[in-house]
Amino acid sequence: MDGTPSNAAPSAHPSLAAQRVQTYLEKHEDKGLLRLLTCGSVDDGKSTLIGRLLHDTKQVFDDLMSALERDSKVSGTTGPGRVDYALLLDGLQAEREQGITIDAAYRYFNTEKRKFVVADAPGHEQYTRNMCTAASTAELAILLVDARKGVITQTRRHTYVCSLMGIKTVVLAVNKMDLRDYDQGVFDAIVAAYLPFAAKLGIDTVTCIPLSALEGDNIVAPSPHMPWYTGPALLPFLEEVDVATDREHSSFRFPVQWVNRPNLDFRGFSGTVVSGAISVGDGVSTLPSGQKSKVARIVTKDGDLARAVAGQAVTLTLTDEIDVSRGDMLVPTEDQPAMGDHFTANLIWMDSNALMPGREYLVRMGPRQTRGQVTSIKHKIDVNTMDERPAPTLELNDVGLVNLSIDRALPFDPYTENRDTGSFILIDRLTNATVGAGMIQFSLWRSTNLAWQHLEIGPEQRARQKGQRPCVLWLTGLSGSGKSTIANLLDKRLYAEGHHATMLDGDNVRHGLNNDLGFTAQDRVENIRRVTEVASLMADAGLITLVSFISPYREERNSAKVRIGDARFVEIYVKADVATCAERDPKGLYKKALAGEIKNFTGVDAPYEEPLDPTVTVDTANSTPEEAVELILDWLRAQGFLSVEGDGSGI
Amino acid sequence: MKHLDSLEAESIHILRETAAQFQRPVLMYSIGKDSSVLMHLARKAFFPSRPPFPFLHIDTTWKFHEMIAFRDRRVAEEEVDLIVHTNPDGLENKVTPFTHGAAYTDIMKTQALRQALTAGGYDGVIGGARRDEEKSRAKERVFSFRDAHHRWDPKNQKPELWNTYNGRTNKGESVRVFPLSNWTELDIWLYILREGIPVVPLYLAKDRPVVERDGALIMVDDDRFPLLPNETPMMKSVRFRTLGCYPLTGAIESEAATLHEIIAEMLVARTSERQGRLIDQDQSASMELKKQEGYF
Repeated sequence: MDGTPSNAAPSAHPSLAAQRVQTYLEKHEDKGLLRLLTCGSVDDGKSTLIGRLLHDTKQVFDDLMSALERDSKVSGTTGPGRVDYALLLDGLQAEREQGITIDAAYRYFNTEKRKFVVADAPGHEQYTRNMCTAASTAELAILLVDARKGVITQTRRHTYVCSLMGIKTVVLAVNKMDLRDYDQGVFDAIVAAYLPFAAKLGIDTVTCIPLSALEGDNIVAPSPHMPWYTGPALLPFLEEVDVATDREHSSFRFPVQWVNRPNLDFRGFSGTVVSGAISVGDGVSTLPSGQKSKVARIVTKDGDLARAVAGQAVTLTLTDEIDVSRGDMLVPTEDQPAMGDHFTANLIWMDSNALMPGREYLVRMGPRQTRGQVTSIKHKIDVNTMDERPAPTLELNDVGLVNLSIDRALPFDPYTENRDTGSFILIDRLTNATVGAGMIQFSLWRSTNLAWQHLEIGPEQRARQKGQRPCVLWLTGLSGSGKSTIANLLDKRLYAEGHHATMLDGDNVRHGLNNDLGFTAQDRVENIRRVTEVASLMADAGLITLVSFISPYREERNSAKVRIGDARFVEIYVKADVATCAERDPKGLYKKALAGEIKNFTGVDAPYEEPLDPTVTVDTANSTPEEAVELILDWLRAQGFLSVEGDGSGI
Repeated sequence: MKHLDSLEAESIHILRETAAQFQRPVLMYSIGKDSSVLMHLARKAFFPSRPPFPFLHIDTTWKFHEMIAFRDRRVAEEEVDLIVHTNPDGLENKVTPFTHGAAYTDIMKTQALRQALTAGGYDGVIGGARRDEEKSRAKERVFSFRDAHHRWDPKNQKPELWNTYNGRTNKGESVRVFPLSNWTELDIWLYILREGIPVVPLYLAKDRPVVERDGALIMVDDDRFPLLPNETPMMKSVRFRTLGCYPLTGAIESEAATLHEIIAEMLVARTSERQGRLIDQDQSASMELKKQEGYF
């Protein structure tokens, strides 16, 4: 049913029209697509420039042109007898009335060499989110500068957003040269001011063109008014510029969108190759599970392919029956991306309700959706000055560097290497609004380049074998509050009742596993990271794991909680005030700290952040260690950690 | 990649996202050339499966007869599920384009569409609109949110980044999905030609009975057309650039009887395609108003 012969060109006596179309098609056959972004501030003449490009490439039809001439008389701003090209673009009624552009608009024009998709981003400060939206799919940006004003704050902001969104090629269009007498000095000064700034932001290629959108200078052809400019006019430049991102030559990545299962004999995985290439017979792994297979077929409705490359939408079948679902990623077994569940990322906030660190949002990475939270905001970036400032939250249109933790480890690439596998959006769980957009820099956990092993025996099986639900009992509290004492007693009681437990004690760990670490900020983070990892492994092995660790910062405990998993992380606050602990002083440390012999001692000259919502609190100032142990045991029993309601298939 | 291949791949990606993200997706099938391309893309996107959603046609009962015949043939050939809905209130009250003017479009198209969408509980509604058609569409998202009253709020659109689409809705809300957003009219024709996609013959020039009213050529498709005392249909070689209800769709005089000839005409065309569609000429921003009311 695909082909209908009646549509084909008449073959016997091709008409003149058919010949013309044939010639046209041949010319346009290898035409590519260039997605570009235009940005500039309100009066830089951006809409006029696009209107001019549409007009000069003959994209404006007669009826639109007459409507335009009519509209120019009503609300045009270019004076009598002049067509206001900007009116071609400002589509929404509100915009026409207010004379502003409130939302990104998309325009299209063709030349014989390329089809152009123009995302027109608004210049107003409050619409940063729209510019990011427009920039996210653009390969090149045209940045307008008014020759009378030169490089202004908005120019810098737009350049910053372009660099943030991964645009590496920029055209600096110095507009309104007609109003500065086409003066080369004006142009040169603006270029000299701009180039160092762009270089600092990592924009690879900047091409500066002096022009007048209103008069049509240097738009489609070199302007006779500016003989001193020897570079290309704008349109010829856009037709030729090479923005190849080498997507095809980078690693193969295939996020699965849809499992294609028409009948029991066919099971394929539909998606778009976002980077690299794949051939029949290539070895692939599915992430996050890590199962391996080979590509059996590359299916399309137009027939099977031997090879598929970046940009193609295909359906892959595999040689083995492995479990693959929507959101999984197929990657070369030999060339896997990093996996991570805690990232550092640039985040743009796009909602009028400010970001709430610690609050749960939906995180969507391509077709994969999971849950996550921003665990901390490292700093906010002033997009006008590029200054980094501490910030408790991010408001609408703010950009910041944050740590994001997600429910489970997922594959990713840094955004600078791959826009598709390095980006995510945050969705508010109640309103379903897209509230943030993020670009991953790197994973906080250094497990990144290890291939994930698919575990045949999981926590479920181990738990059943031992007749208990493994968990990590994280005892936090001041030095001398009684953590180790309680952990020891608890360990004995669990043993006596036939349970499998183990202990990780802050001091003991520092004698062995972590004896290379001191007490600097970095070492503290590494110390707690290792303990968290070990505790997590112990729990994977099915053990009830007792960790006694001062762990004074909420952020640290929260990281541990995220890593170990909400369901099996039990925060136990061993509570005793500083005075009580100092009086006990079992190791003589308070005496030294108070005498100034130990610096940064928690509770003396370093803070202890009490848990806000601990799972269990034991107050050792007013109860004995034995009573504390009973309290914890009661809680564990009540929650079902000490028994397994299994299906009987265990031991 | 060639530009048509890029456009095709992007549309397939969007169709697959729609199938995966929504509980009850549906494809608005209006029989025109854009719908024909959509149908073709939907078959490609899910092959060898059939499209995992039904096609919905809002039948005003005033479509060209050739459109309905074409619809029934294509639906059978491509083995897709078709749902046809007509506003029963409109039928009962004998609402026609001749007697009810602007109210006709509201009752037989906008209201009918809302009825069908509400009745089907559709949360992801695929349409063939393109951003190059009209100014207000240039700003519309690919996944375009509609509130429980099917209304579009142009000032409060969700940001849409990369190729990541957010189709989440609460009960009663829906999303209109536009896989052809980045296609132009020329792209559509070039693709139809390249892929050999069948289209309604009304797009090709042929001698047809027309009358001239308010500067537009209207085809007299059946005897429900009330001719004015001094009007006589005359045979003219005409074709249609867009298809809708025959009394509201203007023809253009043309000799272009093959797709090649249509494209050739288009290369020199200086009139945008919606000019033939009478509903847009009410006022400058009429499409935007209709969209806010729930028209596609």
